[in-house]
Parts: sequence; structure tokens; C-alpha cells
Amino acid sequence: MNVKMATRNLNFYYGDFKALSDITLDFQEHRATALIGPSGCGKSTFLRCLNRMNDLIHNTRITGEITLDNEPIYGSRIDFVALRRRVGMVFQKPNPFPKSIFENIAYGLKVNGIKNKTLLANKVEESLKQAALWAEVKDRLSESALGLSGGQQQRLCIARALAVEPDVVLMDEPASALDPIATQKIEELIHELKKDYTIIIVTHNMQQAARVSDTTAFFYMGVLIEVGDTDTLFTRPQKQQTEDYITGRFG
Amino acid sequence: MKKHLQTELEQIKKNILELGAMTEDRLQKAITAVYETNRELAREIIKTDYEIDNLEVEIEEECLKIIALHQPVAIDLRLLAVTIKINNDLERMADEAVNIAHRVKALAESGMVDKNEFYYDYMPMGKKVRNMVKKSLNAFVNEDARAAKDVLVADDVVDILRSEIYDILRERGDTQTIRDTGYLLNMFLISRHLERIADHATNIAEEVIYMVEGEIVRHTDIGAIDETVSKNNEE
Repeated sequence: MNVKMATRNLNFYYGDFKALSDITLDFQEHRATALIGPSGCGKSTFLRCLNRMNDLIHNTRITGEITLDNEPIYGSRIDFVALRRRVGMVFQKPNPFPKSIFENIAYGLKVNGIKNKTLLANKVEESLKQAALWAEVKDRLSESALGLSGGQQQRLCIARALAVEPDVVLMDEPASALDPIATQKIEELIHELKKDYTIIIVTHNMQQAARVSDTTAFFYMGVLIEVGDTDTLFTRPQKQQTEDYITGRFG
Repeated sequence: MKKHLQTELEQIKKNILELGAMTEDRLQKAITAVYETNRELAREIIKTDYEIDNLEVEIEEECLKIIALHQPVAIDLRLLAVTIKINNDLERMADEAVNIAHRVKALAESGMVDKNEFYYDYMPMGKKVRNMVKKSLNAFVNEDARAAKDVLVADDVVDILRSEIYDILRERGDTQTIRDTGYLLNMFLISRHLERIADHATNIAEEVIYMVEGEIVRHTDIGAIDETVSKNNEE
């Protein structure tokens, strides 16, 4: 199994506060890895380190190493716009642009210099199909994305992330604002997307982590407590802290 | 919500221990009934088996309900999976006690017990089996994989005893005129029923090891189980 992304001895600070401590973790290609842990454990901070979203936050500091295909992603010469094209992100709340459905998908491609209309149309269709949204929107591509339901908007955001052909898709609680049916669609989608992408998902919903991921990493107070195959971690975790958390005996 | 789950799991544990106590009681009565050729006691075992059946069904339904409502994981999931199996084992043990009771009735009705040279004293085997049942249930309560392993060792002794009984009864049948084959068969079958009870106690012990260690040791030889148990204890 190929390691797509990896972190080595990663530390992250918000000012004086150390939010992540010595995280060393591999992400296998074409697998979904779930990051779980209580609020404030550092899992979202960790996720945002992976495509340098934390660069946008003032007064933060990072040490250690993160690699994508064995190449470091931090360093003064790294083009982080290119990085974010390769490591896409889907957020908790669907955040479509206030534009048409078509334009939402085409936007990233245009920014990347694609102008050919046929190519754009093909790419939009392909992305919407991958995100399992095509059938529902193919007759209303020019309508505003804001008219879609929450679940559809979230799949649109996934399609938007996929359009620029990333290697890795980061998902931060992608289904927590959705109803059970929309959630199920997103979960099924993750299963499909694994074939072409490497998925890293932060979730508060432990059953969701168990259902969608191959690997689960448990974070607590900025420390990676345990990482392992999801089926093993949820039937016989090795660490007491993991067991206490997933069985709800925590604090 | 999770506290609620813990309360329900505690209740399940209590129920399974109650079923265990009832089964032990039937087993004890069966052994006594054999010893005394006590037809009344045999009848009582047969008549009250429905109590065990009812509790078994209740426990199973309770376990399924908890799984559906709470989707438990890790130790909670292992506990429930194991409880469903132990529940089944206990009910089957009680059925074997009922079988023994039927043998006792048949033996008593033959009217040959006191004077018959084919008599076999089942007390020692009965005690061993009862001990295994007790130990396996204690291992469950105390979540003690080592104690569970002792039960697996004891099962081999019971198997040997059963073979001995077969040999002894056959030998006597060979050397003496058999006046009542039915009697002889009934006398032998008691060993078979006791041995089956020991097998169920062994199942319980294996399930306890799974619950504690997270490793399925069925179909594994005792040496390898030994390794599993001591490896995890060292950690």
C-alpha cells in the first residue's frame, strides 16, 4: 500500500498554546482515514495542516514535516495554491458560491486556466457524476446553487473539490449538518471516491467513522493516541483511552 | 445516553448470572437425582425447564434491543456478543440436565438400580462438570481469561472420564449377561449428557477469553491459547 500523505513529528501552536504534539501518521493511498476525538482534541487543526489552511490564521507556528508523495508541503518555495489544488477540502457547512450550479464547478477549472467550453462542460458533468449529483441537477445547471437542498449543496461542494482533480480530499465533518438520508448519500459517496482519491475525514459521529473509513486515528488533547484498522479499533482497541472514548465512558 | 447503555449492560449481566444460577441449580439436582435415583427430583427438573427457556428468550431479546438502540462498540459489543452465546450455552446445559432427568426416570422405572452390577457412580464426574460450570461463570463475572483457560484444561479430564465409563460399562456388558440393554444404555448416556454440559462450559470459557482478550480461541489448541492469555496479561 502506497503512502500518499504523511506527517512526521508534527507540532502545531496557536500562539503559546500547543494544539498538536508530535503527530506521526501515514495516509494510505485510496483509503479513507477517519480522525476522531472529543472537541478540542486537535483533529480539525491537524486536518487543516494538511493543505496549509492554518497558514491563514494569524500567530500560528508549525514544526515537523508533512509530505505529499514524499515531497514536503511546507517550505518557502512551495506554491500553496497548487498544493490546495492537489489536496482539496470539503467543509462542515455546505458553502457553494452564490453562482449557478455550473459555475460553481467550472470556477476552479477557469482559475486553473481552462477556457475551452466543451472541456469545461465535460469536466462539470464528470465531477457532478462522481459526486452522485448529476441526475438531480442536469436539467438546471444554470440555476443558482443556493436553490439546492443542504445535502445537494454539500455534494456540489464535493463535486467542486473533485473538478480540479485533487489527489487527496479532506473532509471536515461533511455530513454533520445533513439529515440521515443526505448523510447516507455522502457516506456512500466516500466509498466510491476512495477508488480514485485518498480521503481524510474528521467526524464527531463515531458510527460514521466506523462505516466509512478503513483506518481510524484517535486524537486526545493534541496527541495521537491510537491509529489502526477501523474494524480492529472499534472491536478491540489497544489503548484504554480509545476504549473509554468510543464506548462513551469518557469524563 | 451512554450512561443509559451502561445501566442496561449491568442489567444484562445480572440476568445472565441469574440464568447461570438457575442452570447450576438444575445441574446440581440432576447429579443428585442420578446419585439417589430420585424420580421426584427428576420430575421437578423436567417440569421447571420452562423457567430457563423463558429467561433465555428474554435475555436474547434484551441484547438485540441494546444492539439496535445503542450500536455498541469495543468491550460493550464484545460483552453483548458473548452474552448472546453464553445465554444459548446455559439454556442447552439446562436441556442436558433435563435429558439426565429422563435417564433417571428410566433407570428408576427399570427397578434394577440397587441390585445391578452395571451401576456406575457418577458423583466424581458430576462434581468435575459442576466445577467447570461454576468456574466458567466466575471467569465471566470477573472477566478473568486465566480462570477461563483452566476450564479448557478441565474439559480434557471430563472427556477422558467419559471414555473410561464407556470402557467400564462395555466390559461389564461383555463379561456378564445383560438382562436389560435399555438400562445399560441409559446408564451410559448420563456420561454423554454430562460431557455435553462440560462442552458448553468450555464454550463459555472460550467466549470469556474473547470478551477479555478480543481474540477468538475456538478451534485453537490449548498451548496457543496459553500464549494468547499470557501475552495479553503481560502488556
